[in-house]
Amino acid sequence: MLQHDYTTSQLDVLEAEAIHIMREVAAEFERPCLLFSGGKDSIVMLRIAEKAFWPAPIPFPLMHVDTGHNFPEVIDYRDRRSAELGARLVVASVQDSIDAGRVVEETGRRASRNRLQTTTLLDAIEEHEFDAVFGGARRDEEKARAKERVFSFRDDFGQWDPKNQRPELWNLYNAKIRKGEHIRVFPLSNWTELDVWDYIRREGIEIPSIYFAHTRRVFERDGMLLPDADVVQRGDDEPLFESMVRYRTVGDMTCTGAVSSSAATVDEIIAEIAATRITERGATRADDRASEAAMEDRKKEGYF
Amino acid sequence: MDILRFATAGSVDDGKSTLIGRLLFDSKAIFEDQLEAVERTSRDRGTEYTDLSLLTDGLRAEREQGITIDVAYRYFATPKRKFIIADTPGHIQYTRNMVTGASTADLAIILIDARKGVLEQSRRHAFLTTLLRVPHLVLAVNKMDLVDYSEERFEEIREEFTQFASKLNASDLTFIPISALHGDNVVSRSESMPWYQGPSLLHHLEHVHIASDRNLVDVRFPVQYVIRPHKTEFHDYRGYAGQVAGGVLKPGDDVMHLPSGLTTKIASIDTFDGPVSEAFPPMSVTLRLEDHIDISRGDMICRPNNQPQVAQEIDAMICWMADTTKLSPRAKLTIKHTTRTARALVKDLHYRLDVNTLHRDETATSLSLNEIGRVSLRITQPLFVDDYARNRQTGGFILIDEATNGTVGAGMIL
Repeated sequence: MLQHDYTTSQLDVLEAEAIHIMREVAAEFERPCLLFSGGKDSIVMLRIAEKAFWPAPIPFPLMHVDTGHNFPEVIDYRDRRSAELGARLVVASVQDSIDAGRVVEETGRRASRNRLQTTTLLDAIEEHEFDAVFGGARRDEEKARAKERVFSFRDDFGQWDPKNQRPELWNLYNAKIRKGEHIRVFPLSNWTELDVWDYIRREGIEIPSIYFAHTRRVFERDGMLLPDADVVQRGDDEPLFESMVRYRTVGDMTCTGAVSSSAATVDEIIAEIAATRITERGATRADDRASEAAMEDRKKEGYF
Repeated sequence: MDILRFATAGSVDDGKSTLIGRLLFDSKAIFEDQLEAVERTSRDRGTEYTDLSLLTDGLRAEREQGITIDVAYRYFATPKRKFIIADTPGHIQYTRNMVTGASTADLAIILIDARKGVLEQSRRHAFLTTLLRVPHLVLAVNKMDLVDYSEERFEEIREEFTQFASKLNASDLTFIPISALHGDNVVSRSESMPWYQGPSLLHHLEHVHIASDRNLVDVRFPVQYVIRPHKTEFHDYRGYAGQVAGGVLKPGDDVMHLPSGLTTKIASIDTFDGPVSEAFPPMSVTLRLEDHIDISRGDMICRPNNQPQVAQEIDAMICWMADTTKLSPRAKLTIKHTTRTARALVKDLHYRLDVNTLHRDETATSLSLNEIGRVSLRITQPLFVDDYARNRQTGGFILIDEATNGTVGAGMIL
């Protein structure tokens, strides 16, 4: 007779699945790496990695594609957290790609390094011969991502072919690739934004300060609140004002909008998200607003 | 709060997108910006109503061609449960997607148009669902508003389907009359069908008992990764990491290692958050054993008196998923079963199954894309297997093409 019904909570199920995925990668690939930006999804992913291999250290390096336009608070967090874990951090710099003539900086008021990151990322994957790259993307984020596999194949140009994906059954992941190809691995595929926050609360993980409400000088563009920063080009018709804001996602200062908020704790953030009627990308990402297929197009080129 | 994974099968004509749209909308999982985008696109195309299928059709090609190509995963939650929907296209050519979506599902919803009744497509969906051993099946008889909410029509369909299902070995079967368009019996009970005494669809999804669907009897622990810290603090630590595929493990339990057949005891079940007193599916844990045995990835830990079969010859139902190549005798493939990868030789194709009529064609010489048949395989290494009917984790495998590296087959051990 069973003593109880062995129910497992949603966070435990999601965590167990993500740990399983990480261990598969560590077992089947030669040179994996984990993309760590200091954003909440990669923070959760890093905690899962810590759990998956404990008491051994995380058996792969972390990598950050640094656009040079990141929030200083987040870069600070990134460095501190990797040092705490004793993990090796590879920083691939978009500025280096620009200096080397690999990409050309966009100009104008809406210039962003968002798209340039893809080249830097793919160059770094090639340089370090990474064959598996963990990303924190979730299927609930965006509809092109809703169709992506947990093990997502990339050809030797780093491209994603959404119409020709490998079927993925049970918890059996196909890790077979040829030299030069790689797999993007998404251990948080089945998590929602709320799951991520519930997990951060449960685990008591520290997160960068910009996720909490703070006073910031901002200006409004296309209904988004962009920060006052050197790298953000602001027109005369875009006046600055002070506002109580927080960030729901963490990307470049040039294309990540803040939301008006007074949420000062993780509990308050969770209450706010549970009540919101706008998706996190819809609320905060100029890069996704370009077109109906903006994400799909970038992903096909090799974006995160 | 636990998780229910369910698959939906049916075509746009059956109102599947409307149903999913309603579940998502009523549970507030659709956001205003998503709805606005869908409304805008619907308007641009001159559609009269808001086409909710645009929410799930995420790829450009799908929107352009107005078809669903691939399994889409959608998420919503109520205070009772978190739900993961594997939304699979209904067309015949997409058996591959249905099998994929069903492989992890606790429950499948098959939509039937009340006016059309049980179609060939409904039978195919029911067959695939039972082949993949989805434990719970819901027949949602939709568009009841178009048959005047007729109890008689509903009973006719129920009768016809029950008869067919008896041939299938279908498990828990529930019939719910709904109108996805008007919301009857989707979230709350319908006032238009007082004759129906059962739960609404959402109520059923929230309450269906799934905890006992897992195999908690046969201890199966496929070793996934060996943890050796090489740190002073954990100098002699040697842990076997994996996800429990069956049974309940406790410290002190006698266990057997396969393939060696050596026995030992569980010294400790470790996690980052501390040792645990028991481990069961789907927990990911690390086992330490009392005796030093040479154990590596792909090995199996079980109980001495309850072992899986150690097999190099297996019989299985295969769903073939390759676009260009066929499965025929003498083919050599890579097989991945639990954490073990080996090579497989197709010895024999016994028959090809017609998924619509269940007719067995014993003259078949190959399986093409989306075809299902029974084969015998010879494996280069022993696998530790159970019947798929007894354990989906230790009974399922995938086949990989050695030339293209594509996943070309899904297998269920008989």
